[in-house]
Amino acid sequence: MVELNYYLGLSSILFAIGVIGVLVRRNAIIIFMSIELMFNSINLSLISFSSFLGDVTGQILVFFIIAVAAAEAAIGLAIIIALFRNKGTVNIDEINILKW
Amino acid sequence: MQNLELIFFIAFAIIAIYSAIMMVTRRNPISSALFLILNFFAVSGVYLLLKAQFIAIIQVLVYMGAIMVLFLFVIMLLNLHDENKLSESITYRKITAVLLSILLMGLLFVTFFFGFMGKKSEIHETAGTIGKAEFLGKELFLKYAFPVEIAGLLLLAAVVGAVVLAKKKFE
Repeated sequence: MVELNYYLGLSSILFAIGVIGVLVRRNAIIIFMSIELMFNSINLSLISFSSFLGDVTGQILVFFIIAVAAAEAAIGLAIIIALFRNKGTVNIDEINILKW
Repeated sequence: MQNLELIFFIAFAIIAIYSAIMMVTRRNPISSALFLILNFFAVSGVYLLLKAQFIAIIQVLVYMGAIMVLFLFVIMLLNLHDENKLSESITYRKITAVLLSILLMGLLFVTFFFGFMGKKSEIHETAGTIGKAEFLGKELFLKYAFPVEIAGLLLLAAVVGAVVLAKKKFE
């Protein structure tokens, strides 16, 4: 039988891989995709708690997280396109106009 | 039957972890995006094992259908070339980042895997009912009607913001 802690273990591994992606990669789009991966692992842990406890609230929260992730993806990709138009690159080491 | 569930879980978990690692390590952004789609597919299979049918379908439609198509479009619009090899750009900062992330993975894994060991061994008997679109729809439109409206407003704001940001030529 697959117990609750297997699902939570899978979720924590996926979250840490997402963190590695954000910290190591320099391409803004891939950093963005790693953030989506982390969203996904959080959704997985919420849904596993929801169905092991028989409580619907976790799935409602996941529904809203997906809606917010869609909005965030649209805005973030628009920002990346605007940045690429101005700077000609999406490497975040070269985009440092707000850095002190 | 119970063994079958375990086999499916292990298969989906291996696909998910493999595609996540490949997503982080590929040089070409398009293959990264395709591996991320594979990862979403595996995770939606895990949702089906948890009897959350509606969320699994939403994951396929919204994440794999809409969001990843947007990502692929942007990658193809920007016409990016391959990055440097990861092994050519190793710095102390990256090594520290990877070590700290592995530490984080260990911490999360120990807390979640061993902390919840033996606490819950079976899916709740009502899980099959609450995962259905019927039940979730009733909850969303009766109990959570106001948050649904707020989410709609947020999506509208996001659409307007994306159009404004992507259209305007900055001086």
